[in-house]
Amino acid sequence: MLQKIYDWIDDRVDITPLWRDIADHEVPEHVNPAHHFSAFVYCFGGLTFFVTVIQILSGMFLTMYYVPDIENAWRSVYYLQTEVAHGQIVRGMHHWGASVVIVMLFLHTLRVFFQGAYKKPRELNWMVGVLLFFVMLALGLTGYLLPWDNKAYFATVVTLEIAEGVPVIGEMTKTLLNGDPSIVGAQTLARFFAIHVFFLPAALFVLMGIHFIMIRKQGISGPL
Amino acid sequence: MKRGKGMKFVGDSRVTADKKKFIPKDYSEFPGRTEAFWPNYLLKEWLVGAVFIIGFLCLTIAHPAPLEKMADPTDTSYLPLPDWYFLFLYQLLKYKFASAQFFVLGAIVIPGLAFGGLLLAPFLDRGKERRPHKRPIATGLMILSFIAVFWLTYEASAHVDWEEKAENNKPELPDDQPTVEIDESDPGYALYEENSCINCHGGDLTGGGAAPGLIGMEHGVDEIKDIAVNGVGQMPADQFQGTEEELQQLADFIVSVNEQAAEEE
Repeated sequence: MLQKIYDWIDDRVDITPLWRDIADHEVPEHVNPAHHFSAFVYCFGGLTFFVTVIQILSGMFLTMYYVPDIENAWRSVYYLQTEVAHGQIVRGMHHWGASVVIVMLFLHTLRVFFQGAYKKPRELNWMVGVLLFFVMLALGLTGYLLPWDNKAYFATVVTLEIAEGVPVIGEMTKTLLNGDPSIVGAQTLARFFAIHVFFLPAALFVLMGIHFIMIRKQGISGPL
Repeated sequence: MKRGKGMKFVGDSRVTADKKKFIPKDYSEFPGRTEAFWPNYLLKEWLVGAVFIIGFLCLTIAHPAPLEKMADPTDTSYLPLPDWYFLFLYQLLKYKFASAQFFVLGAIVIPGLAFGGLLLAPFLDRGKERRPHKRPIATGLMILSFIAVFWLTYEASAHVDWEEKAENNKPELPDDQPTVEIDESDPGYALYEENSCINCHGGDLTGGGAAPGLIGMEHGVDEIKDIAVNGVGQMPADQFQGTEEELQQLADFIVSVNEQAAEEE
């Protein structure tokens, strides 16, 4: 039955090459921890992706309760934490996932760096990876404000002050992020929410797509 | 030319005239035992993922995500701190050489050089050699940066009393009802207590599960007297057992608390 469905689709859109690109390839010995335990360092990239998937899923569920508004943001998070079934676990996954993903990204970056895997022909993929790192840090920064507790509010005030201190474009950057030249309030929360939930994930998906296509195109770097 | 501008196509851009494709080095050219990704290797990855997520869920259950008090811009005693992975930047901006008139140096030049260098690493470290000890400058700079980031993060967090900070900022649901200081020496309060009003409406007149609060009502003295004797809604009649004079005192007391609350608002 499944085979028939596959054949029916394959007849029309020729998905076999796609399948081969995604899954039909060999894993070389030097990256396989089953053969060399030290090859576990190659797991960090995959784990980063895994935690990113956790972040996307838990984030999707969080938006079912979260209200991006200064009157209700904190209350909705409090309600989620105290009243909603498993709400504490879903928020906990998103909160801790944000830290774990940074740790995994950091370890993955160090692995690629110390192995010199960014050298020709993988220069572009390294740069895409560093951009992914920046996007992930920006996601952490914007997500921090959303619970609208004291920690969120004051950390954002400091962040915006730093942005303001940048010469020439500082004031504009601050107003763009803040929604107002001086007031950190309703506009700021709405903007950070939009950036955290729409703009940055869009950038993240595009960059991740490029990152993975390039890995499949170029293959894993050889053993040292 | 095999690829790029000089490329010739047959029909559309999916079929090249010369059938040469970009084919990565075959993994069979790597030394040793290769393993099929699907399904053998993926199964192992799946197992690692399962162990990882169990550990991760244990972490989330053992340490619930923190939530502090609702944001209060007037709280001047609050010590603002970013998330841990920004602490190193925060700490850098505290040093004399990186703040005030040197702010641009601390906020833009130093992080810009570090992250710019990271972004452009393939073009700065151009040699063919991949082993870390064969490219000492790249390796050395990375180790130095790692130590610097680690040290700055440590310096930023070591002087903070995290437990005290969490203790002072426990989440509390903000109180929407105006709070009034109740004069417990008022004879009305004694009657309020004696006639068991307190059991349902609470010691601070804010109500409870079974009864509404008594602050912010629109009833006058006579209506309160009537309700105390005849009941209203779910409140049964004959709750008040005292004299007419005491009833007056009780109603006056409740009204006075309401007036006090209205003033404070």
